[in-house]
Amino acid sequence: MYNFEFEQPTTVADAVKALSEEDAQALGGGQTLLPTMKQRLAMPSKLVSLTAIDEIKGVKKDGDQLVIGGGTTHGTVAREASADYPGLAGLASKIGDPAVRNRGTMGGSLANNDPSACYPAALLASGGTVVTDRREIAADDYFQGMFTTALEEGEIITAVKLPIPEKSNYQKFEQPASRFPLVGVFVAKYAGGVRVAVTGASNEGVFRWTEAEEALSGDFSASALEGLSASAEGMISDIHGSSEYRAHLIGVMTKRAVTAAA
Amino acid sequence: MTSVKMTVNGKSVSGEVEGRTLLVSFLREQAGLTGTHVGCDTSQCGACLVHVNGDAVKSCTMLALEAEGADVATIEGQANADGSLNVIQQAFQDHHGLQCGFCTPGMVMSAAALLKENPKPSESEIRNYLQGNICRCTGYHNIVKAVLAASGQDVGAIAAE
Repeated sequence: MYNFEFEQPTTVADAVKALSEEDAQALGGGQTLLPTMKQRLAMPSKLVSLTAIDEIKGVKKDGDQLVIGGGTTHGTVAREASADYPGLAGLASKIGDPAVRNRGTMGGSLANNDPSACYPAALLASGGTVVTDRREIAADDYFQGMFTTALEEGEIITAVKLPIPEKSNYQKFEQPASRFPLVGVFVAKYAGGVRVAVTGASNEGVFRWTEAEEALSGDFSASALEGLSASAEGMISDIHGSSEYRAHLIGVMTKRAVTAAA
Repeated sequence: MTSVKMTVNGKSVSGEVEGRTLLVSFLREQAGLTGTHVGCDTSQCGACLVHVNGDAVKSCTMLALEAEGADVATIEGQANADGSLNVIQQAFQDHHGLQCGFCTPGMVMSAAALLKENPKPSESEIRNYLQGNICRCTGYHNIVKAVLAASGQDVGAIAAE
């Protein structure tokens, strides 16, 4: 990779200051950014590591929601969210492999918004909130297409607030080589209704399957989804699966998630 | 160049590195510890797996400067104090858990991380945990046997021969 300057601040304020320089880039756990830089697809002049900032790490319960620091690793979420939000912990426990989960962070995944990443589905299905160094952004406003989010230049995800559902589950159909979901579906049942978020499938990145949400809000069972099919329009089509195949998988994964929800 | 200092296998190691110097490069080229291998350099294969502050990480996907002040453990620090193989290494030898040996440092370090958090893993838990360690000799069955044996469990019941 091209060389760069490296900084490792210990406070959010110092990180924001370091990121104000042109071509400076925040570095979370580096499990996507470093491979991207090795391929010379990214060439920031300065990397600002967020891994030494303790104030953006940890999982804590605050009333009826879980607040997770942006710098919290997948491994920590898998362990510490399991009692309060098992659907989220289950998702975190299956990202990549154990070593990747010890470095990769929730904030990093959400900031990158890979169309096949797992966490975007959890945030969107939970109707959560992204907290940054300067504001709060609702999940429904946060995702703006493949690798695109509402974040401004140099804006850091300090925490994510996720309302704890009554029941939830995440099911993914893995592309066996990359282990990213070919299609992943997160289902979350709240007193006010059900939310269903789909990742891996669409050219636009994560999205809500509203027809399924309506059906499941009336009857939270796999049979409520009978006869319902997601549209293949706008779905990704590649050597791993056609858009029709991915659309079909959305229905299958949603049913599995509803059946497994706890 | 920036100076970096960390503890590797209990000894203090320091050097001068660039921002882009990977932890694995620092370990191999500056600390002289070539037991940690670079297999794929894309965080797929796990041959570069080491422990940083007790956690398994892929050292090809971490910068040396990110390990400033950290406690790093590599394969070179795994043997017993008298130089004999530790229980995991011995189990790999006893159960023929390696063929060419290229992936072995990562496999042993991954197994050590697994047994620390789960001292009696099932066969499927072992296979699941080793998902990020690739062996191109396809020696997985004997590796899984070795990890089972290292955890003091019976290897006779393993599914595949």
